[in-house]
Amino acid sequence: MTFVQFLFYFFAAIQVLAALRVVTVKNPVHAALFLVLTFVSAACMWILLEAEFLGLLLVLVYVGAVMVLFLFVVMMLDVNIAEMREGFASYMPVALVVAIIMVVEMGMVLTQRIFNVRPPVEKVADVSNTEAIGAVMYTDYVYPFEIAAVILLVAIIAAISLTLRRRPATKYQTPIEQIKVRRNDRVRLVSMKAEKKENGS
Amino acid sequence: METIAALLDFLPQELVTVVLILIKIVAILLPVMIAVAYLTLAERKVIGYMQIRMGPNRVGPKGLLQPIADAVKLMFKEIIIPANAGKFLFIIAPMISLAPALAAWAVVPFSDTLVLSNINAGLLYILALTSLGVYGVIIAGWASNSKYALLGALRSAAQIVAYEIAMGFALVGVLMAAGSLNLGEIIDAQRGGIHHWFFIPLIGLFLVYFISGVAETNRAPFDVAEGESEIVAGFHVEYSGMAFAVFFLAEYANMILIGALTTILFLGGWLSPFDGILPASAFTIPVLGSFLDSGVHWFVFKTAFFLLLFLWFRATFPRYRYDQIMRLGWKVLIPVTLVWIFGEGLAIALGWKPWE
Amino acid sequence: MPDLTPAIPEIFLLTMACVVLVVDLFLKQEQRHLTFWLTQLTLVGLFLLTWNGMQTTTVTTFGGSFIRDSLADLLKLFTYVVTAAVLFYSRDYLKDRNLFKGEYPVLVLFSLLGMMVMISAGSFLTLYMGLELLSLSLYALVAFNRDSSEASEAAIKYFVLGAIASGMLLYGMSILYGLTGTLDLASVAERLAAAPEHGRVSILFGMVFILVGLAFKLGAVPFHMWMPDVYQGAPTSVTAFLGTAPKLAGFAMLIRLLVEGMDSQQASWGQIMMLLGVLSLAIGNIVAIAQTNIKRMLAYSTISHVGFIVLGVMIGSNEGYSSALFYTVIYALMSLGTFGILIVLSQKGFEAEHLDDMKGLNESHTWLAFLMLILMASMIGIPGTAGFIAKFWVLQALVESGHVALAVYAVLMSVIGAFYYLRIIKLMYVDKPEREASGRQAMDTGVVLSVNSLSMIALGLFPGILTATCLAVFAGG
Repeated sequence: MTFVQFLFYFFAAIQVLAALRVVTVKNPVHAALFLVLTFVSAACMWILLEAEFLGLLLVLVYVGAVMVLFLFVVMMLDVNIAEMREGFASYMPVALVVAIIMVVEMGMVLTQRIFNVRPPVEKVADVSNTEAIGAVMYTDYVYPFEIAAVILLVAIIAAISLTLRRRPATKYQTPIEQIKVRRNDRVRLVSMKAEKKENGS
Repeated sequence: METIAALLDFLPQELVTVVLILIKIVAILLPVMIAVAYLTLAERKVIGYMQIRMGPNRVGPKGLLQPIADAVKLMFKEIIIPANAGKFLFIIAPMISLAPALAAWAVVPFSDTLVLSNINAGLLYILALTSLGVYGVIIAGWASNSKYALLGALRSAAQIVAYEIAMGFALVGVLMAAGSLNLGEIIDAQRGGIHHWFFIPLIGLFLVYFISGVAETNRAPFDVAEGESEIVAGFHVEYSGMAFAVFFLAEYANMILIGALTTILFLGGWLSPFDGILPASAFTIPVLGSFLDSGVHWFVFKTAFFLLLFLWFRATFPRYRYDQIMRLGWKVLIPVTLVWIFGEGLAIALGWKPWE
Repeated sequence: MPDLTPAIPEIFLLTMACVVLVVDLFLKQEQRHLTFWLTQLTLVGLFLLTWNGMQTTTVTTFGGSFIRDSLADLLKLFTYVVTAAVLFYSRDYLKDRNLFKGEYPVLVLFSLLGMMVMISAGSFLTLYMGLELLSLSLYALVAFNRDSSEASEAAIKYFVLGAIASGMLLYGMSILYGLTGTLDLASVAERLAAAPEHGRVSILFGMVFILVGLAFKLGAVPFHMWMPDVYQGAPTSVTAFLGTAPKLAGFAMLIRLLVEGMDSQQASWGQIMMLLGVLSLAIGNIVAIAQTNIKRMLAYSTISHVGFIVLGVMIGSNEGYSSALFYTVIYALMSLGTFGILIVLSQKGFEAEHLDDMKGLNESHTWLAFLMLILMASMIGIPGTAGFIAKFWVLQALVESGHVALAVYAVLMSVIGAFYYLRIIKLMYVDKPEREASGRQAMDTGVVLSVNSLSMIALGLFPGILTATCLAVFAGG
């Protein structure tokens, strides 16, 4: 077994175990953290396949940003664990059936070799992965790439238009208004006649 | 290296490689850790002088043994685990926070030959690893079972995610100028004297990168995650002893890393500022020549300068309010980088490259 | 550099959507109608661009992932018309409900872009991305009225089920990609046609998932659960959009995937489609009778119309495809008009969505009642209306291809379906009004609504041009 093979089995074992724990672990925060572990080991596998760009991007985008925000939400929620686990047993048969079907399908597709599916192309020595992906993305796949950009734009617009609204009850300061204030806006000088002293005192 | 390899001849070839890599890792990490230790002393001294006081001066000559004393003290303190805390996560959080800060050094070139792993996507690797550091903070905040810790963790998470975008965009500008993600090649692209360094044409990105770097390390004036006046000590309020020390190490290791990266990306790394300006004969002068020539000492000087800036900021700036941090990140830094990258792209498309 | 000329309408739309988005930022609420007119101007520009660029030959660009043929042009033109009409109808409705914001037309424009991408898709990738662009915009539109819990509920349901459907579709696509090694629909078709006999099962697996996804998106039984809730919960102006234009794009998706991508597998998908069609006709028509909410009833009516479209495609001949295309276009126009009337009848603080709201419409709004009469007649398929021609053509294609029993069944179901359309006519003309109705609409809205409804008669009496176009679309390819 070469060192690379050893690394492969090492990362693969961690990935499978972590993925399993994602669905079996009780605490949602732990589940999210196991998902992070799964992502990281998947990224390591990709790097072993010499797809370093994709691997690092997986870490950067999913682990570094998406899962952080995800954890953020999960930690803020007061999740009732017992309630969440109630349906587990009843969903299990359906989930098993779906899982088995998927495994069978993947097996059929991968083993049958009905069509001549080519094995992955060996890496060309002098072109870096990042450059190669960039070259394809901005030429052959520029159209889907642009649509993906539009989809993200729509996601931003949708998220903002659904959440950004000023509720009447919220209190906020406007510093500009505060700075612009002149004495006359706040203080009113009233000239009053001096009052006469009452008798005595 | 060859001698060590020869000594290990009795081992299988694969194992020799592993051992050699481990030795190199130690050779990099040991100086880093020492630097971390003395950075803490430097911080106290520098801030002390800025505030016209002495700083630590009791342990050893001029207080030089202070970090050792601190380390010994922290090592012998008890690690208290709060009731109902997630024990495993509580223990592992400081390590998660430290590991990426150290792992990132794998691709940092100290000189033209001195680099552990000269990988193609070095810049991306750095970006990916620095984005991992936030997990330590989040996990610590959550596992502590404390309100202050959780608040600190949430603040830190939002802040790091926000500034990472600006940081990433600043890096995009660098890689556009250098045409490579490899850190060695990025430095090579800045050859030819101080006026070829990227901080001149990319001054906007340089500032954004360093400001984001300060924010990413949760240092003053962006240290709301600790915010001792508001939420005690933020995410590490429940930590004590060595567990706390590891967080401390992680913070300073991250500072050094940011300083080193700013040096590499914008100030030409180990390149000498006189390289290409002075005649080649100047570099052959016995002692002065090797000082003027490019080399690892320039890398150290430049990094030290940025570390001084870190300390200077802490001594002079008041802490940002949380919403101001968010405003600066999203509404100032990100637009600046976007416009800068657009302009840079335009310049490259028109064939006008001032850095060459 | 790929040839950009075929995609000029898409590029124009994307640019204009961004322009509208930015311009709207600087407008005050009183000036918001500028956004509206700019959007309409965009649609007019799109119409002209597409019309001018029409060719009889098929052009592909972006490495085959973009197709411009007569099917695409025809569907796109009708999509523009439908979108423009929906925007006209919704203007006052939105103003009454404080929803007249800039994001609304922008999201509509982006979903239009998604539809155009779908209609012109030449590969699995672009088809799926177009679908996602459309769906994402629609989810946001359904939830647009933040203060309505019904709308939020509908949006969540739509989002969850839509995501499942997308997942199914994507899974099916990925299996076919694994089998053929290409995303390009034309090459997929070639390689599937050359597939060895023992590969049939794997292909069937992938195809079933794709069909499930398609059925979800179109709303064919048994994947129709989301339709009634979403139709009812969404603001009526959004329902009007959701129930019309995306069906045109959905038809394109059906044709691109099944006919252009998997033509060689027609025998297998034909059977599944037949089942979907038969069930849709039954469930749609029968359950609609029990509804008291018009929007819900129209959702079931949509399901039954989808049944007809599915049966038309199921035949697998050019005649069948043409009839289904014609049916889709006519259906889109019919339901556009019907929802238009519902929108116009709704007032501030009042939603016209119950059957009782239709009572005595003839007395208060004679003209609107008359338009509704035409639309209902067309939905039933009374001779002289476009709905009749559409139904007749699909039935004829069924009979010609030997599916006589299916044709008889479809007629039977249409007769059952006639009941609930006739009930509306009865409510409008025979019953007394229960409430003081006050329908008002802007002049331009009224004109558009009238033209829309009367076109049902016009197309019913003179269907020649449209039928010829529909025939030509598939005869050439």
